[in-house]
Amino acid sequence: MDREFKKIVLDNSDVIVQKWIDEIDTLKGFNYSDSVSEELLESTNREFVNIIFSSIKNEGDTKQLKEFSEKLINLGWKVSYITDGLQVFRRVTIDFILQQSDQIDTSYISELLHSVDEWVEPLIRQLVNEFSGNWENILSLQRVALQELSAPLIPVMDNITIMPLVGTIDTERAKLIMENLLEGVTQHNSEVVLIDITGVPVVDTMVAHHIIQAAEAVGLVGATCILVGIRPEIAQTIVNLGIDLGKFPTKSSLRKGFIKALGLTDRKIIRTEENNATIEQMIESLGGE
Amino acid sequence: MDLKSCVDINQEWDIVKARQLGRAKARGIGFGTVDQARLATAVSELARNLYLYADRGKICFEITDELDRKGLCVISLDVGPGIENISRVMEDGYSTSGGLGAGLPGVKRLVDQFDIHSEEEQGTEIRAIKWLR
Repeated sequence: MDREFKKIVLDNSDVIVQKWIDEIDTLKGFNYSDSVSEELLESTNREFVNIIFSSIKNEGDTKQLKEFSEKLINLGWKVSYITDGLQVFRRVTIDFILQQSDQIDTSYISELLHSVDEWVEPLIRQLVNEFSGNWENILSLQRVALQELSAPLIPVMDNITIMPLVGTIDTERAKLIMENLLEGVTQHNSEVVLIDITGVPVVDTMVAHHIIQAAEAVGLVGATCILVGIRPEIAQTIVNLGIDLGKFPTKSSLRKGFIKALGLTDRKIIRTEENNATIEQMIESLGGE
Repeated sequence: MDLKSCVDINQEWDIVKARQLGRAKARGIGFGTVDQARLATAVSELARNLYLYADRGKICFEITDELDRKGLCVISLDVGPGIENISRVMEDGYSTSGGLGAGLPGVKRLVDQFDIHSEEEQGTEIRAIKWLR
């Protein structure tokens, strides 16, 4: 039976393709932006339908499919272009074959549905897999990129290290912060570590808990931790929450924290005669109240 | 603005979603930065409790409009295990998960009105209202 159906479809490919293109045209606007040119749309539709037919003829190779899906991904078209296209093809083909057949009974219809599904399914599976594989790829790349940014440690001068934190802190990131902090302190031989939370939007009990733990751990390896960048509203919420951050020094700005850190390492900033402005500028650019 | 909107809490990143919505609502009503931070922190605590103890739940925001005052009500709903001893969890420093134990009592101090109902095996409902001054 399957062979007969294939014969009907392949012999009448022109009619089916035309019907398919007419139908797919009505779905315009759902699956790609309106700015797509007619030529591009037409050539893509042609390519798509060719792929479907070569797959039915068992001539389609995965390379062709891969190239086609890559093209769609690059164009930024939605995956629904593919699912809709194949759904339409399925409908059009079934309609057409039913019109061509004179004797129709239930077993005939069930065989027909089965055959057409078997042509379409591998295509859907493969194309959708290509798409989702692409998304997963992007997602994992972004995750890695985010992780690299999540807990940076900057040795600004001998014995003084700064960890600027920007963005939300979740459990995974808190773990990274702790690890990087301890590793960095031993590696750079730091005496003072400044944790800057200017860029942390909300300090709730969990974030505070992790910071306290990190600071205590830093204390255990023999360094001092200074928490800087506590904005006034954060200070108020911390007090409201009843969190005790009194065990280690805190400062409102990185600038003040840095001066304190210099004091702790028995250093201070001295203005030289010639270029007294430059150091001031340096500190200014570090801080920002 | 809708009178009520909700965020489902199923995973850790949903906490951020709830917090951002809460902050946006607070800003929309006209809360200042300090109160925005208070509300965002309260939402963060409540959402984290849902994630930690009830596994899932939702955070809803309701704009409470009364004759002489206006406020934002944060509602935390779950069908989790419930809280066995409410007065205990409202004590500072009590935690079953090794945290600071400042969550719920902290939320109570961050807002103006705080109601908690919990039944074992039934779930917990918390309503926290902050009035606009």
